[in-house]
Amino acid sequence: MRFTLKKDKSGVVIVGVEGQLIVGNRQELKQKVLDALEEGSRKFVIDFSKTGYIDSSGLGVLVSLSKKIREQGGELRLAGLNADLQTLFELTKLDTLFAITRTAEEALAAF
Amino acid sequence: MRLDVPSDLGMVGDAVELVASHLPPGTLSPRRISFNLRTALAEALGNAIRYGTGEDPARVVRVRVELGRDYVRIYVIDDGHGFDSSRLPDPTSPPNVEREYGRGLFVIRHLVDDVAFNEKGNGICLTLRAG
Repeated sequence: MRFTLKKDKSGVVIVGVEGQLIVGNRQELKQKVLDALEEGSRKFVIDFSKTGYIDSSGLGVLVSLSKKIREQGGELRLAGLNADLQTLFELTKLDTLFAITRTAEEALAAF
Repeated sequence: MRLDVPSDLGMVGDAVELVASHLPPGTLSPRRISFNLRTALAEALGNAIRYGTGEDPARVVRVRVELGRDYVRIYVIDDGHGFDSSRLPDPTSPPNVEREYGRGLFVIRHLVDDVAFNEKGNGICLTLRAG
């Protein structure tokens, strides 16, 4: 399990989630994104293309981060969901809250 | 298989991997193990540790895995007071979709074939059938 953050040339922060996003590591992801927000970043993509599973705590932290980023005038996009994760977002209706693209590149292009 | 998991949310991922990696091949498809079982077990453990044992490191959550020819049944039991699973709000109703919490049991119910609770409400049984 690992989170990676990198910034593209237009200043969008791309967060990679390797492994799982669950109750035991969600605070680490939250803090990394909030730190970047505090440092002035406003556009974020979370890339789940290397993510195996997400529990409800992981979903919850995405909801929380999305609100905080929007409050600062920014935007959070999600990308790279596999079929099971896409179904999870649809079941929970979280697909209506987030802009979700197939790849991180598509998310970057949409900003 | 029996496992005592310390009441520490940081242990959930390792406990899930331990259970998933010890399941014999053949009963559940690799996809069901890698997603449905892992997610549902992480939910059940997270709930038991957070709400059942209050993240008290002196307490444990007990996991028991029962293997049948065409099913896997996982019991997750804490020593807390239990809860009434029938009184949880629908997390997909419009006012609740934007809430940070409240999706755990809803997610579990969609990922496994059967969910049962013991009478006290401090034990959950997840059944995943072959296929």
